[in-house]
Amino acid sequence: MRIKLRFFASLRERLGRSEEMREVPPGATVGTVWELLKREHPELAAVERSLAFAVAQEYVDKTHPLQDNDELAFIPPVSGGVDA
Amino acid sequence: MPDEHSRILCKITQDSIDLQELIDFVADPSAGAMTTFVGTTRNTNDGRRVIRLEYECYPGMAEKEMSKIGAEALARWPIKKIAMSHRLGQVDIGEASVAIAVSAGHRHAAFEACHYAINQLKETVPIWKKELYEGGELWIGAQTGTTGSFQRVQEEDRA
Repeated sequence: MRIKLRFFASLRERLGRSEEMREVPPGATVGTVWELLKREHPELAAVERSLAFAVAQEYVDKTHPLQDNDELAFIPPVSGGVDA
Repeated sequence: MPDEHSRILCKITQDSIDLQELIDFVADPSAGAMTTFVGTTRNTNDGRRVIRLEYECYPGMAEKEMSKIGAEALARWPIKKIAMSHRLGQVDIGEASVAIAVSAGHRHAAFEACHYAINQLKETVPIWKKELYEGGELWIGAQTGTTGSFQRVQEEDRA
């Protein structure tokens, strides 16, 4: 299956790219892809606790199964608005 | 009562926020109260001298999550309409980065729904803020993490 990955904010800067296409095995979940990324970038383990995931622009957890052509976004802590 | 779609306005804009546009949207003959909230860029944060803020979003999902907040507010309080606008890109000191307007028959619901909307917006809408301060820059939230509170919000929705 081909999956589109999207990275935002601090994660985009850390990885040096905002998106990529990736081939993943059938049956892969969000967690499968995250483990692959962590293997390539061990420093990502530090942000794991604060990371959220979205597939097709809806929040999902790591067990969410992926389908061909899905868009999987890695969402660092959001900080819209103001700290007023 | 008009359908939900015509009672919620969500905007994400590169331009200055037009508060009057939000007020005009929520204006309603059956409303006895309108509340507005405007969030502005403060010149200090945690002891740092802030130069400006820069916002980015996940286009599409950010609008979707804002619409959900509007629908939740309409379901929880007897309000007439709700409008939200968030700015992207560079926002200088004193300028607005977010604004919310709510109309209701009576002020209590308008205040409560407006308060709810700004709190939820900060928890669930995929918008990120980089603070440029004297001596460096920082993605706000990336140090402490807000996923814990995000999960709490989801659990409340399921309950």
